[in-house]
Amino acid sequence: MSNTEAARRHAGESHGVGHVATYVVLTLLAIMYIFPFLVEVANSFKTDEEATLAGMSLWSTNWTTAAYTTLFANSDFALWTMNSVIVTVVVTTGRVFFVSLAGYSLARLRFPGRQAVYLALIAVMSVPAVVLLIPKFLVIKSLGIYDSYAGMILPLLVDAAGVFIMRNFFESIPLAVEEAARIDGAGTFRTFWSVVLPMSRPALMTIIILSFQGSWNELNHFIVSTQSPSLTTLTKGVASLASGQLSSGNQYPIKLAAAALMTIPVAIIFFIFQKRIMNTSGGAVKE
Amino acid sequence: MTTTQGLARATPAPAQGRGRRSLGNAQAGAGWLFVLPMVVVLGLFLFLPVVMAAWVSVSDWSGRGAPWGGNVNFVGSKNYVDVLGGQGLAARDFGTAIRNNLYYVILVVPLQTVLSLLLAFMVNKRALRGKSFYRTAFYFPSVTSSVAITVLWLFLFSASGAVNAFLGWFSIQGPNWFADPRGVIHIMLGGGDGPAALQEPALFGISGWEWLAGPSVAMCAFILMAIFTTSGTFMLLFLAALQAIGEETEEAAMVDGASAWQRFWYVTLPMLRPTVFTVITLGLIGTWQVFDQIYTGTQGGPSKTTLTPAYLSYDAAFLSGDWGRGAAIAFVLFGIIVLFTILQRLILGGGDNTGTDRRAQRAEKRARTRAAAQTGGVA
Repeated sequence: MSNTEAARRHAGESHGVGHVATYVVLTLLAIMYIFPFLVEVANSFKTDEEATLAGMSLWSTNWTTAAYTTLFANSDFALWTMNSVIVTVVVTTGRVFFVSLAGYSLARLRFPGRQAVYLALIAVMSVPAVVLLIPKFLVIKSLGIYDSYAGMILPLLVDAAGVFIMRNFFESIPLAVEEAARIDGAGTFRTFWSVVLPMSRPALMTIIILSFQGSWNELNHFIVSTQSPSLTTLTKGVASLASGQLSSGNQYPIKLAAAALMTIPVAIIFFIFQKRIMNTSGGAVKE
Repeated sequence: MTTTQGLARATPAPAQGRGRRSLGNAQAGAGWLFVLPMVVVLGLFLFLPVVMAAWVSVSDWSGRGAPWGGNVNFVGSKNYVDVLGGQGLAARDFGTAIRNNLYYVILVVPLQTVLSLLLAFMVNKRALRGKSFYRTAFYFPSVTSSVAITVLWLFLFSASGAVNAFLGWFSIQGPNWFADPRGVIHIMLGGGDGPAALQEPALFGISGWEWLAGPSVAMCAFILMAIFTTSGTFMLLFLAALQAIGEETEEAAMVDGASAWQRFWYVTLPMLRPTVFTVITLGLIGTWQVFDQIYTGTQGGPSKTTLTPAYLSYDAAFLSGDWGRGAAIAFVLFGIIVLFTILQRLILGGGDNTGTDRRAQRAEKRARTRAAAQTGGVA
């Protein structure tokens, strides 16, 4: 007992110094993580000259929105945004549906070849994405969907990790409710659609967040599936800005404005669903 | 509901048997129907591509017409030999790319693992205030696009950028990061051409002296960027594991009189072993696939010191029209990733869960799948 007391007191003493140190270290690190984004926003409202000379300063004597005006006037930024929105919305909607269908089937339905399909899924998950750059181009080209929305969207409609997440979720929910529905005479799809899916909101939110973020930030798939300027997405477009395809000079404010604008949608999703994304103890799945 | 149940119970045995069989058939049909979209999409855009690329990597296809057309010839291992052996440009480029990426992996994987563990450990303290603020700050870079971060990095690390301004406070004159091809180890050795013994072409067509260059200054900027963008994801993974371990173990050790360092080193860290294993595996898979940053930022420059196998594969196929070589590089890269994960498994001895309970294992597994989906460890 006295041992415990001693340990507690010992811990309490070391608490003071250790505690302050933790706050100091954490705060310094947090500044290092946040500061770059503040620099990004601040410099997007400066002139090119000022951004080049005093990039570290978060203040300016002559704020200007010139970078944003130029960005929309001299580049296809609006078109890129539209393409990114189209792809992200269609991919996310499609993924939620197909991924949960497949996950449900693998978790609940008995059919010949199920185990083989599941093993193939695991195998496919281990293929690194970058290895598929050339191969994906070959297939997309032979299917005749190169340089089209179909080629941009179809290959992203299902992702193996999503199927895996949904399968694990469906396995964790009790069978009883589905059985009741089946006894009521509901078919497999009805049971899935109107009984199981409404119960799956937490897992579906995880899928929505992951696919939104994934398809909004996707770059290499669009590099190999499109070439015409009218199909350029934000990632591809801003990457071309970065390598200096917009007039002379550094043009830092314009590039930073583009980077800041394209970050807004994921930032919004992140702050709305922060609790869910950062909640590690409960995880994606409620049990 | 009662009527249906009543009917079911009243139905005679044989009919029930038939009913069950037809129900089974219906379920088998539905089962296949439900997985069909997944099988078609993954089959068409994951499985088939690998098969086609395997053929292209042993052919002389030039990018025109179908890869299996009449004028495409089987060239055996030529593309692989061009890349892996000999002194040609293809071999030297590949050797350079491997060297660049190897230094990147060697530096990024340990640093991001240690940093994310440290972050998780600090934000997990029970008495800490503003937990969610710190977690948000550390995690936010992980959700932003690699293109946007690269654009920001090019600005921060420009000759008169924020990083050099910061170094200036300490009277250090920073380099012109993204334009500086000098290897860090070469700089430390004082430059020059190195001893004559190291001038001969060694492995993959580049000399021993070039192998010893270390990451270029430009590559160091990318290394810092990788740590900045991935430490948040891995912090969450460690956090999930730490919370699964719970406070009891820690408290028991405290009662036994263990110091904070002893508690961490002998109690917590061994229990985190499976997570450390996961983070290193995902780290290895991710760091060998550097592409977006190079495509957006440097296209392999300066002097090819940020060239990576992934970018070289793209460059060879899409920009130089040498599809066979590009596909061969992709397959060699695949082999390297497999080899490294096997080596790691042998050295670290697998990620077996020993200490934690089943619930904790499940929480950890979930966090892992999510992290994999995010870091691109999963296609």
